[in-house]
Amino acid sequence: MFKDHANIINAISTAGEISGRKKLQKIVYIAKKLSFPFHEKFQFHFYGPYSEELTLRIEELCEMGYLNEVREKKAGYYQYCYSITDAGQDFLSIQEVEMPALEACLQDMNEQNARFLELVSTVLYFDTLEKEEVTEKIFTLKSKQKYTLEEIDEAYEYIEQLKTKAKPN
Amino acid sequence: MGYSGEKLQEEKVFKDPVHRYIHVRDRVIWDLIGTKEFQRLRRIKQLGTTYLTFHGAEHSRLSHSLGVYEIVRRIVDDVFEGRPEWKPEERLLSLCAALLHDLGHGPFSHSFEKVFDLDHEQFTQQIIVGDTEVNKILLRVGRDFPKKVAEVIAKTYKGKLVVSLISSQIDADRMDYLQRDAYFTGVSYGHFDMERLLRVMRPREEHAVIKQSGMHAVEDYIMSRYQMYWQVYFHPVTRSAEVILTKILHRAKHLYESGYEFAQEPHHFYSLFKGEVTLTDYLKMDESVMLYYFEAWEEENDAILKDLCTRFVNRKLFKYVEFHPSNSQMNRLMELRTLFKKAGIDPDYYLVVDSSSDLPYDFYRPGEEEERLPIHLLKNNGEIRELSRESEIVDAISGKRRTDHKLYYPADLLRDESTKKNIKKQIRKLLELSD
Repeated sequence: MFKDHANIINAISTAGEISGRKKLQKIVYIAKKLSFPFHEKFQFHFYGPYSEELTLRIEELCEMGYLNEVREKKAGYYQYCYSITDAGQDFLSIQEVEMPALEACLQDMNEQNARFLELVSTVLYFDTLEKEEVTEKIFTLKSKQKYTLEEIDEAYEYIEQLKTKAKPN
Repeated sequence: MGYSGEKLQEEKVFKDPVHRYIHVRDRVIWDLIGTKEFQRLRRIKQLGTTYLTFHGAEHSRLSHSLGVYEIVRRIVDDVFEGRPEWKPEERLLSLCAALLHDLGHGPFSHSFEKVFDLDHEQFTQQIIVGDTEVNKILLRVGRDFPKKVAEVIAKTYKGKLVVSLISSQIDADRMDYLQRDAYFTGVSYGHFDMERLLRVMRPREEHAVIKQSGMHAVEDYIMSRYQMYWQVYFHPVTRSAEVILTKILHRAKHLYESGYEFAQEPHHFYSLFKGEVTLTDYLKMDESVMLYYFEAWEEENDAILKDLCTRFVNRKLFKYVEFHPSNSQMNRLMELRTLFKKAGIDPDYYLVVDSSSDLPYDFYRPGEEEERLPIHLLKNNGEIRELSRESEIVDAISGKRRTDHKLYYPADLLRDESTKKNIKKQIRKLLELSD
């Protein structure tokens, strides 16, 4: 019970703080694709994989007092930062969350910027397609982001690095 | 003229309680409606277990799919046609995607997908591009056509305007289900002036916008969404049925994994239990099949499966109390679990917390770091503004948090004092139930 809630709190606790809803969405999506047990359903929205379920769960956790949400004004939009509260720590202490390999992956992802994570998550979303086709998809669907071929190569390399980190010892 | 442009000799119409008539003139659409994959949707209810709360809610995904098709047809033929931003060559693609957008739904979709870790959207894709009657028809339009239809539904098609017709914050899918669900549940919410909305819709490169003069019609639409979510979709009794359904599927899976010998062998479930479900297996599963098993399992030897199925079939649902998952309440929950075990009632099946985030119906939210496209109003001077910046009503309800948790339990078992009388009394006290 509340396992899915606990998994999200654990992820944010492990990362320390996550700045931006987009970043949080992409981190959870990538972790899910690396086979960590996140059960929120993601769909492709205009700007990449997005989970309404995750949005609702985060809202719920903030309302429950387990997550802290701080709104920061950026140029032209608001950015939301998430961290765990003391009540969240207490809640987590009575839940069984066992994802030892997650920490290294999460911390690594949290050091990346949202734009790059958006690219990585998009590559993973189309992981059944050949790289050439994925590249074409990125150029078509994400034309405004103006990703380069080098960045797409980097995303592929990054995914391989994450997969190594995600493997249990 | 090829198959893609072929028209029926006479227009066919389906009588529809929401849109009055659904008009079909294109041969492709008529042929798609006749496929077995589309007809299967007759056996999947649009609102899953809601019929146990609102007895009228027996409408199917087939009628909803026809409704979405009809709305898109009206938009492209009556509103967008002739406007420079609209590409007429995308008309048939839009109609097919609208008609087929829910093709992959399974029986009682939500619980079914959760328990067996499935995604109906992936099955929609597979039905469209796989070896199916639907695929054969789409292939007659063009070699790439099935792929394009699948991409529109998956929201990965390059033409975003087409995608937005069936998937955006103001799309044909929502416009149909709100009205249809309101009609069949009999509630007075969910109604809005769709004709007006369609008339003030204007195509733009990436999505449709709404003329400023139609703002009040959009407000009505947003309000009806808000009310329907809380009054119908999140109804606590429906959630109780959903909880029992989920537990039946969990129990059956658990029994299979522990080598239990079913009196009624669950042939249709084997591939699901093994996690090896093929498209053929999936298409054989519908709500008629599932309900057949539930009735059969009322005779099983396993007491839990038997009881849960009897509850579902005969609508003997769990009762509920409000539950706020604070740490003190979590401790109370742990205590209750211990007492349930002592009373001989398995808490894994009979003491369940259900959160509103477990039913992800989306609320209107203005743009969030470009994740979701908001509704845009087109002002008289050509300026485009996000809806909640113009409408105080929408601003008041958009993105507002309102969450809800309930603790479900079998009141009848707890009131049965023929066994473990004192423990059950303690449980009732903890649940704050009257004796």
